[in-house]
Amino acid sequence: MFDNRSPIYRQIADQIKADVLNGTLNADEQVMSTNQYAAYYRINPATAAKAFQQLVDEGVLYKKRGIGMFVSPTARDELRAQHRERFFADVVDPMVAQAQAIGIPISDVLGHIVKASEQGSDA
Amino acid sequence: MTAAVEVHGLNVRYGRTPALDDVTVTLEHGKIYGLLGRNGAGKTSLLSSMAGFLRPSSGRVLVGGEPVFENPRAMGRVCLVRSTADAIDRHFEVKDVLSFAAELRQGWDAAYAASLLELFEVPHAYVRALSRGQLSALGVVVGLASRAPVTIFDEAHLGMDAAARGVFHDEVLRDFMENPRTIVLSTHLIEEAATLFEEIVLLDRGRLLLREQTEAVLERGTAVTGQADKVDRYVAGVAAESPGLSVLGEKRLGPTKSTTVYGELSAGHRERAAAEGLDLGPIPLQDLFVHLTAGEPK
Repeated sequence: MFDNRSPIYRQIADQIKADVLNGTLNADEQVMSTNQYAAYYRINPATAAKAFQQLVDEGVLYKKRGIGMFVSPTARDELRAQHRERFFADVVDPMVAQAQAIGIPISDVLGHIVKASEQGSDA
Repeated sequence: MTAAVEVHGLNVRYGRTPALDDVTVTLEHGKIYGLLGRNGAGKTSLLSSMAGFLRPSSGRVLVGGEPVFENPRAMGRVCLVRSTADAIDRHFEVKDVLSFAAELRQGWDAAYAASLLELFEVPHAYVRALSRGQLSALGVVVGLASRAPVTIFDEAHLGMDAAARGVFHDEVLRDFMENPRTIVLSTHLIEEAATLFEEIVLLDRGRLLLREQTEAVLERGTAVTGQADKVDRYVAGVAAESPGLSVLGEKRLGPTKSTTVYGELSAGHRERAAAEGLDLGPIPLQDLFVHLTAGEPK
């Protein structure tokens, strides 16, 4: 279930962020409890709690005492802004490097991107 | 609040053979601990001392603030389940084992015990008729349903198949969350149970090597992988700058090398690795354990 590439709590935090970004979790929606996460992933509840604490610190979640954790109203916009900032470094640069390493001309990559985005906007 | 278990300067010797050498460790309430160590590291001696089954050669073992040896009140707070199931009489029936546990354990939950027996598919039979895995399951049922403030499973999964071990770990977690207490799991199947441990207690040759949060231990292990000479230069540079860093091992495959280091890497060190085209990867707990307990201490 986990890829062993980073600490489990960070992977859980990343998953919740992805859910917020793609709209699976909406603003002011309650997220599952630490115990539910712990049971689902068969991890210590303290590990799940650490993921939630990180998300509270980053402003993605907020805590309602005695009730649970909820998605911050501004979380999606903030995550989108963060991802936009990192997009070229995280996604485009490695893709360019890979294309060069295996000998795909950048013009082919550009052509594919234009075609894919046209299909995407038709859908 | 007193700790669940306090061990101070514990020495255990069997005749002239030392099993535990000056072990001091505290277990807190409401945590799941993983007790790890190689064969003969002293795990069972430590757990038996905590359960009051073993008289310390010297040192003290307190449960709920009281010395546990020959102290029924303190012993009642500890339930030790051993893989050997040597506390279970072979001539009993399963139901006798449960009613004996019910008498012994203040917090005994008979309904939970019955549902666990179903879950693990333990037949209502004589204990001697049970398979190895079923006998282990019976031990696990007794441990979980005891609801003892300190519940210890010492290789309690012996002979259980993968499915039964999964049920075991799920139940430990579920029951721990519903009835928080101190749970100690001692196991050689480290990767299977690693995610359950909040903290790790690591014994090596009778000594306490560390007691620490699992995540903290994991974050200290890094595999540096890349072109061999680059890896060597990088590791030498980082080691010179951080005295706490140690090299645990090296592996080589042609021009590629992977060096396992143990210690904190600074953000600067991580950036330098990226700039050099080196991959920094985590190390599974089991591999770290093997490295940390390998060979003679330096």
